[in-house]
Formats: sequence, C-alpha cells, structure tokens
Amino acid sequence: MKEKRKHVIVAGGGVAGMEAAGSLAEMGIRVTLVEKGEDPGGHLLQWHALFPGRRPAEEVRKYLRKRIAHENINVITRTTVEKIRHHGHEVIADLSGGKQERADAVIVATGFDLFDAHRKEEYGYGIYDNVITSADLEDMFNRKKVARADGSPPSRIGFIHCVGSRDEKVNNNHCSKVCCVTAVKQAIEVRKLLPESEVFCFYMDMRMFGPYYEELYRESQEVHNVNYIRGKVSEASVNINNRLVIKVEDTLAGRPLKMELDLMVLMVGMEMSKPGTRLAEASGLNTGINRFLESADHHYGSNLSGVAGIFYAGTCTAPMNITDTISHSRAAVEETVRYLGGR
Amino acid sequence: MSSEIFIWPFNLGLYFILIYSVVRSTIWFRSLSRADKLRLQRGFFGMPFMQSIREIFMESLLHRRIFKKNPVLGYMHMSLAFGWFLLIVFGTIEADFFGEKHLNPPSHAIFFRWFNPEHGASGLASVFTQWMDFLLAFILSGLLLAIIKRFIPGMMGMKKTTKHTWTDRIALTSLWLIFPSRLLAESFTCGVHGSGGFLTGNLGAALASFLPAADMAPWFWWLYSLSLGTFFFLLPVTRYFHIPVELLLIFMRNSGITTADRWSAYSEVQTHACSSCGICISVCQMSRAAGINDMQSAYFIKGLRNERDIAAITANCLMCGRCDEVCPVGIELGPLRLIERRQGERPATRLKFIDRYGLTRRREQIEREPTQSYSYLVPEEEQQADVLFFAGCMTHLTPSVIVAMKKIMDSAGVRYRFMDEQGGVCCGRPLMLAGRDREARELINHNSDIIWKSGAKTLVTSCPICYKVFRESYYLEAQVMHHSEFINLLIEEGSLRLGYLHRRVVYHDPCDLGRGSGIYDEPRAVISYVAELQPVPEERSMSLCCGGSLGNLTLSSEKRALIAADAAGTLTRSAPDELITACPLCKKTFAQATETRVSDIAELVAVALPKPVRRTRSRSLANTVKVVADGL
Repeated sequence: MKEKRKHVIVAGGGVAGMEAAGSLAEMGIRVTLVEKGEDPGGHLLQWHALFPGRRPAEEVRKYLRKRIAHENINVITRTTVEKIRHHGHEVIADLSGGKQERADAVIVATGFDLFDAHRKEEYGYGIYDNVITSADLEDMFNRKKVARADGSPPSRIGFIHCVGSRDEKVNNNHCSKVCCVTAVKQAIEVRKLLPESEVFCFYMDMRMFGPYYEELYRESQEVHNVNYIRGKVSEASVNINNRLVIKVEDTLAGRPLKMELDLMVLMVGMEMSKPGTRLAEASGLNTGINRFLESADHHYGSNLSGVAGIFYAGTCTAPMNITDTISHSRAAVEETVRYLGGR
Repeated sequence: MSSEIFIWPFNLGLYFILIYSVVRSTIWFRSLSRADKLRLQRGFFGMPFMQSIREIFMESLLHRRIFKKNPVLGYMHMSLAFGWFLLIVFGTIEADFFGEKHLNPPSHAIFFRWFNPEHGASGLASVFTQWMDFLLAFILSGLLLAIIKRFIPGMMGMKKTTKHTWTDRIALTSLWLIFPSRLLAESFTCGVHGSGGFLTGNLGAALASFLPAADMAPWFWWLYSLSLGTFFFLLPVTRYFHIPVELLLIFMRNSGITTADRWSAYSEVQTHACSSCGICISVCQMSRAAGINDMQSAYFIKGLRNERDIAAITANCLMCGRCDEVCPVGIELGPLRLIERRQGERPATRLKFIDRYGLTRRREQIEREPTQSYSYLVPEEEQQADVLFFAGCMTHLTPSVIVAMKKIMDSAGVRYRFMDEQGGVCCGRPLMLAGRDREARELINHNSDIIWKSGAKTLVTSCPICYKVFRESYYLEAQVMHHSEFINLLIEEGSLRLGYLHRRVVYHDPCDLGRGSGIYDEPRAVISYVAELQPVPEERSMSLCCGGSLGNLTLSSEKRALIAADAAGTLTRSAPDELITACPLCKKTFAQATETRVSDIAELVAVALPKPVRRTRSRSLANTVKVVADGL
C-alpha cells in the first residue's frame, strides 16, 4: 500500500513562511500555507528597496512568489492559526473562523509586528502631522515622493533610532537589529530624492552587523553627507511655524541640543506579532522575556519548539534580516523533514 | 496570708513599665519644639483632651477603624484590648468592694481569686464572679482568633502578616500565656474551694475531679504572674510598646502636632506607636502585584525603631499613600519616609552607619561630596498674563494633553500664556521626593519669580505632581488649579460648549491629585458632563497607584510593569471604552499596560468640543439619501 503523503501546515505567509512552504513542496510534501493578510508576502509587501545594496524589494518578492507557485502548496489567506493541538501522531490546527486543519507537523512562521509608535507619545506620532515611521517613509518611496503633510518638500529630516527597541519604558529591552541599517539606507534614499535636504540620524549605537552594512554606513557619510548624532531624543513639540522642535542630548559633545525639523522619521522596532502571541498562549509554547518564541536550544536548536511536530522559522523567534530569515526557514524545513522521516 | 512570693514577677514588671513610661514620656516631651510643647500644654486643658479620651476609647479599645476593615479582625483586637481593660477596671472594683480593705495594691486585684478563694458564693458577689468569668471568656475568644490569624492570615482579610523579631516572639508568647494561665489558675483554686462562675467554676470542678487541684493551683498562679512580668519587662523593646505609646500619640495629634519635614520627638512617638499589624502590607501594590514583601511601612517603621540600616527600604516605595489611608494608628508614613530620605541623602544616617564600623576615611570623603546647584539658571523676562499654563516635564512627554488643553482654552476664550512652552524649569517635586530639598528650593525660587512677575491670577497645571508642589511649597498670589478643576470652572461659568460623547469611561484618581491634594469631585464632574462615568473597584482615597510613580527610583521596570498591569486590570474590569486619568505619568504608564484606550481628562473634553462645521453639498446629499433609505 502506498504511504500517505506527508502534510505540513505553515503558520504565516511572510518571508519565512513562503520560503519554508517552497522548500517543503519541492520535496514532495503537501503544504497548507496560512496567511492573515490578503496576499502572502508579509512586511516585505510594504518595502520599496532593501539594504545593503538598495535593490528593489520587488526582486525578492518575485522570488518568493515563484517559490510558492507549486502544485503541492495550498494557500489560505485572511486566516490565522489560533491553536495547535496534538491528536496521536497528528497535529490539529484550529484556524480563525472555526475551521480545522490536520497535518503531520506545523512550522510556526508568524513573524513580527512593527512597534506601534503611538506608544511613544513624547515623539508625537499621530499628534503632529510631520512625524512618520520608517514604514510610512518606505510607502513614500513607493510613491516616489517624500513630502510633508502639506505637500511641501522637507528641508531637514531627522531619523530617530531605537523607537520601541532597547527601551525599558515600553518593556522592550531587545535590539531589533535591522533598524540601524534601515535608517542608513533610507537616509541615503532621502538625500538622493532631495539633494537640497539635510539629514540627521539620532542613534544610541550604530549596529552594522551584516556584510556591507558598515560600508553602507561609511558611504552615507562620505558620499551622501548624512549627519549622525549620538543621543536619544527626549521629546518633540511644534513651533509657531509648524516645524517640529526636538530636544536631544548630544552625548559625544556632552551637551543638550534643540533642533528644528521638517520631517521626523521614527525607526520602529520589531515586536512579537499579536497572532503569534495568541497562538503561543493557546498552544502552551514558551516565550522569552522579550516575548518572542523561545527555542528549545539557543545555539543548536533554534528551530525546535521542544514540542513534537512544531517548528519555528524566522522572526517569530527574534528580530532578523531577510537573509537570516531565509536561512533559518530552510533549517526549519530540514528539522521538519527529519522529524517526519523518523516517525 | 497577704503576700505571696509569686506576685513579685508581676509587681516588678508593673512598676518597671510604669516608671519607664513616665521617664520616656518626659524625655520625649522635653525634646519637643517650643511650639509643640505649647500645643500640648494648651491641649491638656482644652477640647483636645476630651477628643483624645474619646478617640482612645473608640480606637485603642474598641478598634473601630479595624472593625470597618474587617469585622473579625476588629473583634479580635477589641476583645483583647477592651476585654482586658474591662477586666482590669472590674477587677479593681471587685478587689476594692470585696477585698480585705479598700485601696489595695494592683496585685490584689490581679490575683483576687487567690486571695479570696471562697468569694462569689451569693448575692452581688456571685453576679460579679459571673461577670468576671464572662470577660475572661470574651478575651479568650479573641486570643483564639489571634492564634488562628498567626497561622491563617487570609481568614481576616490579611494577605500578609509581619515577620517578628525574637523579642517580639517571646513577648507574644507571654501575652498569649497570660489569659489561659489565669483561666487555669482560677479554675484550680475554684475547684479546690467549690467556688467560681460559669467558666472557672465548672472547669475547676471538672479538673479537680481527676487532678490534685490544690497542688496544681500555685504553679499556674506562678505562670500567670511570670507571663505578666515578662510581658511588662519586654514591652519597651517589642512592638507591644505601641499600647501605651499610642495613647500619647493620640493626645499629641489631637493637640495639633504634625510630622512636618524634620525628625522630632513626634516622629519617634509615631515609630513606637506602630503595632506592626501589617495592614499596610496587605494594601501595598508592591506586595500584591510585584511580590515585594519586605519594603512596606511596617518594616520601615520597625527599622527606624531598631536603628537598623534601612536605606534600601526607605528608597523602595512608590509614595502612593495607600498605607497612610489605612493605618489604624494614623501614623504619617509618607512624611516619615521623606524625612528619612532626606537624611539618607545627606550624610546623617550614612554617617551613623559608617561610624559604627569606624570608617573615618569614608566619612571624610562623604563630607567632601559636592552638592548640586542650579545657580546657572538665569531669571526670565517679565511677561504679563491673567492665566498661566504650566504643562510640566511629564506633560511635555504627552503632547496630546498639551494640544487638548490649547484647544479647550482657545474654545473658552481664555487669555493665557504657556509658561513652559519652550521648555521650562522643573517644579521641584521630584527632587523633594528624593529628599533633595535645598536643590528643589532653587527651582521653586526660579519658577516663583516668573509667576510673581507675570501678575497672573490663576496658575493652571496639567500635572498633579506639579500641582501638589505649587500648592504646598510655593508662596504665590495666583490661585493654583489643576486642569481638571480649571475645566470644571470653565464649564460652570458657561464658557465651554461641550457635546455629549456616548462612551462608557472609568476614571483613575492619580495619587498626587486624589490622596495627595484631595481633588476627587472636580474630575468626576467634568467627565460626567461629557460621558458616562462608571465606578471602579478601588477609587477615591483608596485609588491604586499606576506604578509609574516618581517616588521610587529603585524599583525595576519589570516590577513597575507588573504593578501597572494589575492596576489597569482592576480599573478596566467593567470593559469600559476608555480609561481616563488626569496625570500625564499615569497616562503614559497605563498606555503600556492595557489594550483599553487611555486618555487624559483634557483629551476627553477636547473631543467633546463642537467641531468646526465643514459640510459639502455632496456629503449632505449622500446623508439625505441614506436617511431616506433607512426610512424605507
């Protein structure tokens, strides 16, 4: 008798989920890819260009779309996995809307949420017109127009690093890793779109961890004249000319600083996603003090949940860039296949 | 036989404690300030004396305040205090009436049954005997509850009970032994002589039926006397010293003496009047939400009394004032902690601690430590205004409150000047809470100068922390108002036109506005004017601390988050549309702790302001179509 074909549910259709689904399908495994949005793609859908080379995000999107265009993959959109239960050797996933899906294993790839900038009220997001987030700026790049709320071009732009990251006040002690280099990339893009503008980055530390990141940081200063001030912005207000006034401490010069800005970009960090948190709570999966999913072993088991048949891929375990997410996702597939073969 | 040796432990203990109390009170009285001495002297011959007698009766004997908190706990305290008091009073009367002679020494009343074993056979004497038995039973019932409470504190609404020192334990044991040993001593004596009331008589007869009662009785009379003697001797070094000291405290308080901001004899009386009952631990949010159980006021006071190094305890407090509200003795716990903080920052306490270990070099180092100064602040230019608006540092971190206040004041036509729009100087209270009074005074002088020069009649602030310090530590002609009071005034004057929002909201009393300044009604009046205000479990004077308090500089963010989540959870139990507060710090703290929308009272009012009419033809046409369609 022919053995029944293996079936894996992938929870989350972002970069990690799409890569995992593609790899599994290639190996002849049936995949159900569950995505909460209208289309798979995750946060990448909003992005215009990617660091460090500023290649169009569309190129990676195209790769991932091709990856999941496979007969073994069934994509369910506008749906989340709410709970994973065990039933003998099988796992049962309770989906939003009351449906259930049976499978041999689940790869959790629920990803991250961007930090809600409203929670740092002192920066005035949602209160002042010209305070935007890094994601909003990326949207402006998509529309090829960086402008203030009244449509005028900004002459001085400030990037505020670590918004919702490394901040005890919002219960996030972790570093979101990618915002530093995103700010460098966006600063260069702004300078290229608006050659007359001045750009300032207010940072705590510049964490250029990946290949060519440090080079990009250097280029931004040497070629594009981006200014870097080490210090955290304490508060923002608007003056009578409707320009933003920020208070910041220049910790290298050792003095307080007041500066007027036309546009302020908040580099929002990564947090565990809300559907991911719900899934972890309902299914009894461990989360760390940073609220991301906690793997069975930090060094050699970062894809393992510690529960049979449940595996982790991508930023549901920690902030990551796309390169690392794809590698992590492939590793999750390897662990899953080994589990399915050994049963 | 008129004098037995066994009465001497009791006699010695009693005379010791009486002499000790007199000497101690005299020392305290002598170290009072001149003004406080006068207050006390005047109080002795006036109303305060009568008030004190009444309060002593209601609180020290009947324990009315504890009764209100928990009837069983109240009964326990009342039966022990009031019961013992009645036992002494009626015991003295009994000895005076039926004893060999009038005006007996106290031991004759205490050991009356030993000296008069046959007493109580008939008439009035038997009624008295039954009454004395009833009082003893009354006390014993309370004692039983006390023993239960020690092992199951939850039964009396107490989550936690204080940890005892070993002297406290010995004193507690001797206190617990007093009444059972009296019961057994009297019962054995009655058993021998066939006398006694319903309790001692029956128990005595039963015991005598199978035990050599005549031989056993002296042993229990010895135990009774020893327990009393031990208790009296240990009294000054244990928490039970609160019993006599509380009487003095009540009298001093009623005479108008307050803690103020300096250590005094009154502070010392207060520390000795603490009974370590632990009610402050039960209400402390650091205990109930963050699992911190060794920093509460009972331990702070105990550390002060025993002159321990309590720097860590002193600093680790939110200064929310909930314990002040519930303290059955009425000790001013917040002010005492502030005094200790001032001394902690200045060398005083540290030096005391250091001297004990002979670290003189460190002492020299501390004395050389520079103090901070704000002498670099330059006085500002004079600018006239009717109303000054002072947002404060914290409100600058919640710009939506500033935006809302501007809208409200503009809408009401208030002519105001925004005093710290371009960034002002701190009101000074965070420095005061940290015990740095001198530095705080520099900031207060700077701000006072601006306010006086402006000639303003009203100073409005959006921050309760600033509000409290403006009211209490500034000398101003301008009337200080919190923005909730000011908005209420604008509504009452009819200067504000507001719509009604169909929202169910709850209100959180900020510590410094509610308990700290007594402003409870104005914010509620404002909110009720524009929305549906729902009650919350712990409000007004028992309002919870949001956890973001500036009063604690040592508490970790994780613990703060636990306190905030617990408080926000309690406040939003009824699932309101919005959680309203009147303090920027509470707003910021709660915004991280709950999914419910958190707004300042000014934001709520700003939403209720009439919208500028801007309706286009097509929109109204669309509305008309919709209305017609709905009608069909």
